[in-house]
Amino acid sequence: MQIESDDRMPLRTSDDVVRVRQAVRARAVASGFSLVDQTKIVTAASEIARNTVDYGGGGELRIEALRNGQRRGVRLTFSDSGPGIRDIDQAMRDGYTTGNGLGLGLSGAKRLCNEFDIKSTAGSGTTVTIARWT
Amino acid sequence: MSDRENIILRLIDRHSQRLLRDWLAYQQREAKYGGTQREAETAELARRFLDQLRASARIAQFEDVETIEWRPIRELLEDLSRDRAVQGFSPTETATFIFSLKEPLFALLREELRDDTERLVRETSTTSRLIDRLGLYTIECYARTREEVIRRQQQELLELSTPVVELWDGILALPLIGTLDSARTQIVMESLLQHIVNSGAEIAIIDITGVPTVDTLVAQHLIKTISAARLMGADCILSGIRPQIAQTIVHLGLELNVVSKATMADALALALRRSGKAITERKQPAAPGSS
Amino acid sequence: MAEIPILRIGDCLLVSIQVDMHDRLALALQDDLTQRIVADRARGVMIDISALEIVDSFIGRMLNNIAAMSKVLDAVTVVVGMRPAVAITLVELGLGLTGVRTALNVDKGLALIRRIIDNPERDDADRER
Repeated sequence: MQIESDDRMPLRTSDDVVRVRQAVRARAVASGFSLVDQTKIVTAASEIARNTVDYGGGGELRIEALRNGQRRGVRLTFSDSGPGIRDIDQAMRDGYTTGNGLGLGLSGAKRLCNEFDIKSTAGSGTTVTIARWT
Repeated sequence: MSDRENIILRLIDRHSQRLLRDWLAYQQREAKYGGTQREAETAELARRFLDQLRASARIAQFEDVETIEWRPIRELLEDLSRDRAVQGFSPTETATFIFSLKEPLFALLREELRDDTERLVRETSTTSRLIDRLGLYTIECYARTREEVIRRQQQELLELSTPVVELWDGILALPLIGTLDSARTQIVMESLLQHIVNSGAEIAIIDITGVPTVDTLVAQHLIKTISAARLMGADCILSGIRPQIAQTIVHLGLELNVVSKATMADALALALRRSGKAITERKQPAAPGSS
Repeated sequence: MAEIPILRIGDCLLVSIQVDMHDRLALALQDDLTQRIVADRARGVMIDISALEIVDSFIGRMLNNIAAMSKVLDAVTVVVGMRPAVAITLVELGLGLTGVRTALNVDKGLALIRRIIDNPERDDADRER
């Protein structure tokens, strides 16, 4: 697997969430994603970016373009140094929310991606990695 | 080091005509299918390969065919394997082009290093490694081209197998035939939804008469399609549910939660009623030949 | 901050979302719309999302809320023009938008609102069928 590009952007405010959507869309277009695949990864990015801002107290997004033979992919890594998630299983459940969303953020984002990974330590932050392939 | 590598180069330089002749002879012996045109093509390719080999090997390491100096050779092999893959050659037939260079080269080495057995073994093994690497590269390119061809054909097949037809003004039909897997459902779904947008049809009939089995996954795919259409403002009617499929659905405990009809005709009748239309019999039968 | 304009057509309010929605804008729209439904005594609300390239759970929640609030105020909400890619993604996300009526375009949306306002009883029967 090769990494074709590697960019980082800050994630502090809800305006940054909009910028993240635009950046992820541009990356997905450049990687040759179909319209539906673009929409899925942008939507997943929007869900997780909002979590990073609202619950993680802001952080950073890393956008990587991947290539594995004929297939091309986009990998997104959201990291914050917020309070962390105490019970990941509970947070991944549909309908679970501590804020004002529909509780579909993490579980929904997982359904929209091919790869999903979450690591969290109480007190020192959360890292969510997602990837989608053509 | 440089002296050691240059012996092969020197041999190629000095005996290029003979090497080419022997190499082509080997290839012809291995080839199942002939034809003068193909022989001429192969000869031309072999000539270009040897020229390029001399140019590349002069500056590059023999050990590493991934480096920039080997790029012209790699490109030549890519062209070769792509052409042969498309023409339907087998991997063996394609890679024989490279592998058949071994024998003539070894023969040259044997003559040159008749008196230095140790060096002969060393040079033979170096040459063998180089040819192996180039041969494997050729096979990889061949496989990549075949994969591309297969992917394209799959895509074309998928697109062919999902026609959306307009049954009436504002009523679409999607006759599904064959097994529904995730990839196909994705295309079916997109195609149906796009047709709904383009035509402004508010009712779509999904007919599954031609779907051999409905399991949990297929049912989920159908439900997703129907939900997406509903979100856009169109209703779906499911039709063509054969008796055994009805039984499976109940046995599996699947809740389709969708309007379903046994036949496409029933579904069309419902669709017409919903859109406020009706088909009635003419009072006077039309005379034959008039319309 | 840019505001999303709310147009009035007869007893209906029309909102066309043409910008990439950030969360505060969505909340502001929710507020503005409920105010206008009361002020204009609107019976129908139509939200055109044909320009939206994504609808995530936050925007989905906003649409659900607007539908629920307008129902309390005796108005019907119809969301029109959802793109196919957006619909497919919403289904995968698990967002059903139950409680929100949908139509393919503004024309069909207006017709649907008229039908529901004129025949409130038939509407429920329609949905059951």
